[in-house]
Amino acid sequence: MSDESRLARSLVSEIESVTARIGRTVRIMEVCGTHTVELRKQGIQSLLPRHITLVSGPGCPVCVTPSGYIDNAIQLVSENRAHVATFGDLMKVPGASGRSLSSLAGTGRVKLVYSPHELVEIARETRSPVVFLAVGFETTAPAIVSALLEARDRGAHNLFLYTAFKTVPPALRFLLSNPGNGIDGFLLPGHVSVIIGADAYTFLESAGGRPGVITGFEGLDMLLGILTLLRQIERGESKVQNAYPRAVRAGGNPRALELIARTLEPRSETWRGLGPIPGAALGLRPWLAASDAEKEFNIPPAEDHEPPGCLCARVIAGMSTPPQCSLFGARCTPDDPVGPCMVSSEGTCAAWFRYGGAR
Amino acid sequence: MRRLVPLWGRTVKDTGEIRLEHGSGGALSRDLVEKVIHPFFKGDSYSELLDAGPLEKGSDLLMTTDGYVVDPPFFPGGDIGRLSIFGTCNDLSVSGAKPLCISLALVIEEGFPLADLRRALASAAEAAREAEVRIVTGDTKVVPRGKGGGLFITSTGVGRRVFPLPLSPGRVQTGDAVIVSAPIGSHGLTVLAAREALPVAGALRSDAAYLYPAVSALFPLGEKLRFMRDATRGGIASVLNEIVQSSPWGIAVKDDAFPVTDDVRTVSSLLGLNPLEIANEGVFVALVAGDSKERALDILHSHPLGREARLVGRVSADSPGRVLTTTRIGGTRIVDFPRGLLLPRIC
Repeated sequence: MSDESRLARSLVSEIESVTARIGRTVRIMEVCGTHTVELRKQGIQSLLPRHITLVSGPGCPVCVTPSGYIDNAIQLVSENRAHVATFGDLMKVPGASGRSLSSLAGTGRVKLVYSPHELVEIARETRSPVVFLAVGFETTAPAIVSALLEARDRGAHNLFLYTAFKTVPPALRFLLSNPGNGIDGFLLPGHVSVIIGADAYTFLESAGGRPGVITGFEGLDMLLGILTLLRQIERGESKVQNAYPRAVRAGGNPRALELIARTLEPRSETWRGLGPIPGAALGLRPWLAASDAEKEFNIPPAEDHEPPGCLCARVIAGMSTPPQCSLFGARCTPDDPVGPCMVSSEGTCAAWFRYGGAR
Repeated sequence: MRRLVPLWGRTVKDTGEIRLEHGSGGALSRDLVEKVIHPFFKGDSYSELLDAGPLEKGSDLLMTTDGYVVDPPFFPGGDIGRLSIFGTCNDLSVSGAKPLCISLALVIEEGFPLADLRRALASAAEAAREAEVRIVTGDTKVVPRGKGGGLFITSTGVGRRVFPLPLSPGRVQTGDAVIVSAPIGSHGLTVLAAREALPVAGALRSDAAYLYPAVSALFPLGEKLRFMRDATRGGIASVLNEIVQSSPWGIAVKDDAFPVTDDVRTVSSLLGLNPLEIANEGVFVALVAGDSKERALDILHSHPLGREARLVGRVSADSPGRVLTTTRIGGTRIVDFPRGLLLPRIC
């Protein structure tokens, strides 16, 4: 047996005893989409006692983007004759119309990018406007805006951002204000916290709060995060603890935060599944209006329409598990997804489909 | 500890038209062959979907065919010419046959540089010499600019059966050992890095190799050698799932048992890819009787193409029809057919 699995075994047995002492079902929400995948990929779910229910949160950026955003993006290509650049995950998400960006793949006006820094070259090589579908959390936003600034510096004024940036702390506040989901505690995202810092979650400690533990992505990290959270739940505490100190500092990454503050400002946008959340999105500041696709192309606000029968909205809010959806695994598979939770590699439904669910 | 329960059927829907994913070697590829293509040609003597079949019932001559559409046609460690020979020879080899001869059909797009064509053909000729196969015939077609992908090659191979038993899932039994012959994932990642000009290529090289010498070294195992398959498109994950599909047993493997180089591990983790799902051109999976696993590993370890062969798991009566893996921390999860479009056009 490897050192890693020996350590894992002792963490699991500690988790089992704390859970037994708590003596009831505990609902833990993993906020981050990467955790959703890794918890299942690394088989953590299979190691946990029955009384622990892992609930996936709204931390998959593609999943919380309203379907109207996709329709607007399609319109940019088909009517505004713009080039659209995007990360791969968005390509197959159907809009309210049922069409996805992949239906435009043959036009040569949809470009897949692996890293935002490719955008500068793409813009310089393209005569038409290039609109990047700027979807992501605090982790992705700094790299995207820095690519935009670089493009502007180098005279590529044809690069625009269609922003759908989301921020994690306001979404957590929103979940706290909805006690119906019965969440006992949060596994807080590792990568987002590298940027925003542990101090960004102190509101969890005030009255009506819940315990939160910042957690890394290795198997042992996640077991430790779950154990740390369970110990708080056992003691009835609501504290923010950092179980990922090798990457996350109290104040986050000051350079990235400064860049976000200089270029982006909070605004309210619709989250798929949760509805409009005050201040939980980021849009370009007025001094960057000339690079804002919404202004340049008069894009209407993205509305959310759920495909008939799709429970993605409830899954994102932690109210349903994928198998409770009648489409799951039948009409909706990764090969032909209906909702974004199955499209995105970080989506809850995709993770359950690929790696199996435990019950 | 709770048991892992699969919660869904394995159905793949009829999507109405061919999509790129149909060629990815994963679930949709399998579906296309099983539900659309095979029903037209299924006969009494060819009921199983195998990589190579006899020219007529009972014949010792086996035939196979394979199309090569790799993009780009040249990449570190190989090229489309070399692949078109070795890939076809490897399909014959893992079917228990010694490759004898090959036909090559070229589909060339208008504008394709003659120098590149010569380079690919020289490489194919050299590969044929290495594999001691004759190129006996061929065909050439040119398609208009924009209607082809530069250079496509289809090669058909004939070989003589050397191993007397069928190397098919039908002979697999509970308790058999699952062996992977060499480090996985380098070919697919190399091609992806070359095509997308990813700045992560580093020391990545395709593993394209002629497998017959290593494969045939296992033939003396006789009845103890149950099944072999080269793990090309769809990677190890596809091969293992094809073995267990609709069978009364499953396969249990261990994540940390697979041979993976540091380069492949790092690059695939950066790109969010699973080495088990990435194509290889010099790796095969062998299933041998449980009591013969040490002997099989000894044989492979003394061969240059099998020096890093590893025992990765076993055939188990638990989880029928499923491939389950034990993760590094001792958890369990399903290994499914690859889904979606990981790496298009890699072979």
